[in-house]
Amino acid sequence: MSETLVPASFAAADRAAAPPASVVTEGGSVRWLLTGVAILFLALFLVLPLVTVFAQAFAKGFDAYLAAFREPDAWSAIRLTLTVAAIAVPFNLVFGVAASWAIAKFEFVGKSLLITLIDLPFSVSPVVSGLIYVLLFGSQGLFGVFLAEHGIQILFALPGIVLATIFVTFPFVARELIPLMQEQGTAEEEAALTLGASGFHTFLTVTLPNIRWGLLYSVLLCNARAMGEFGAVSVVSGHIRGLTNTIPLHVEILYNEYNFVAAFAVATVLAGLALVTLVIKSVLEWRYADELASGRAH
Amino acid sequence: MVETLRPRRRFRQPSVIPGFGLTFGYALTCLGLVVLLPLAALVARASGLGLSGILEVASDPRVASALKVSFGVSLVAALVASVFGFLVAWVLTRYRFPGRRLVDAVVDLPFALPTAVAGIALASLYAPNGLVGEQLEKIGIKAAYTPVGIFIAMVFIGLPFAVRTVQPLIAEIDKEIEEASATLGATRWRTLTRVVLPPLIPAVLTGFALAFARGVGEYGSIIFIAGNLPYVSEIAPLLIVIKLSEFDYGGAAAIATIMLAISFLTLLLINLIQAWSRRRFGYV
Repeated sequence: MSETLVPASFAAADRAAAPPASVVTEGGSVRWLLTGVAILFLALFLVLPLVTVFAQAFAKGFDAYLAAFREPDAWSAIRLTLTVAAIAVPFNLVFGVAASWAIAKFEFVGKSLLITLIDLPFSVSPVVSGLIYVLLFGSQGLFGVFLAEHGIQILFALPGIVLATIFVTFPFVARELIPLMQEQGTAEEEAALTLGASGFHTFLTVTLPNIRWGLLYSVLLCNARAMGEFGAVSVVSGHIRGLTNTIPLHVEILYNEYNFVAAFAVATVLAGLALVTLVIKSVLEWRYADELASGRAH
Repeated sequence: MVETLRPRRRFRQPSVIPGFGLTFGYALTCLGLVVLLPLAALVARASGLGLSGILEVASDPRVASALKVSFGVSLVAALVASVFGFLVAWVLTRYRFPGRRLVDAVVDLPFALPTAVAGIALASLYAPNGLVGEQLEKIGIKAAYTPVGIFIAMVFIGLPFAVRTVQPLIAEIDKEIEEASATLGATRWRTLTRVVLPPLIPAVLTGFALAFARGVGEYGSIIFIAGNLPYVSEIAPLLIVIKLSEFDYGGAAAIATIMLAISFLTLLLINLIQAWSRRRFGYV
């Protein structure tokens, strides 16, 4: 670090073998200017909003903050969000492992098409992700009449919220595991099978340990998105207070009622989750960069 | 010649590893039920309207202005996010400074922070009585409840895409070519613009397209700061929500189809850029 700040001629004189640092980087003042601009930009655009969440939540003191959690509606929102994530994340975990096993360990026709289709939900607007389920299960939807006749409630109820959440988080696990398992190849599994292990035993004792950090990494991101999803869930939930409001929807309602302290107080739960997610994610990236899909190490 | 040596073409190449049928079948079933069937419902509804029906919805002044706001502002926001994203990626990979890893982690904040939370935080920051909004007001800029607010929210959520697509490529640059360029007498500026930057352009364009697509579809972080005035600061995703609340499923499906069509074109463009990049530079 300090050597790059010394003028090139001195550095060259000091360490004859090393090339002068200034050839492959910008001048010292330019470096500091660019670093300053970048950090200022990130502070203003990314960090300030996060700080605002906590500042606003505690603006009227700790009691006012806690008051937001004395509302039964807040607790039912927290319960619903936990329930939705508890269904959606394991579903996508099993799907992701199955899909990446089929895609990474075998060669078949149409593989890249399959990968593209799995990635599709990432390029669909959250609102459209909700809309497609309304078109399927809504009163004028494809199955609307059938569902109404049989008294099955999907939209404006838990199943609809879970489905929309699964849709928006669908690619998370698969897109992390596919490149990771492709990199690792099939040699270790073949060795285990040759030595007489069963397929399932091979998966548990050979494949799973190899992908565990990638799995944890992707589940972490999947969970953060599942708990924080707003657009898609907002379209299918129907905003029934105390019944179909997840935490983000509860935040929206409080904010629109000008109950700012309570809105930001409940938002701190999600912001805290985001911070914990970022910390664990960063730790995984630093410590286990080799065991995550390539391109993550930096 | 080679053809005759190849085994008969089949769907799957033989392998000793078990479980293809089970995992492939399960994955395909999930994909079909969760992703493809609902998307087919949208396609069915849109094709029921026909091209003329969709164009009719799009020509409604309120819809047209919402689409214009969504795509126009997202274009500008993606441009700004790309420029600053490149700067951030460059600083993070090329320079060493205290707290670099922390700054690197901060870049992912918009990925991790739920959009509704970001939305209310931005709205309160940029409101006329907010911390930043007040300062902007003094120099005559109204941010909240105008397209400027939409722009700010779109830069917020687009930035990580711009940074993360160029960052790994900057890290892979072979410093020897920079040394060679310097040895041949080029100034640092000339080395940067003629040697370092050109191979990075495809990645920058990909990041731009990703940020653009994300901005167009974004909902949660925008609606609080936008004020949602029809013809001024109303975005297309919000109009879908409004149409749905009026039980105008056809109108909602038409707007969604237009948005999907443009997103699809953007994705196609990304793939073309990457194919071109592979031919030109040998990597994506």
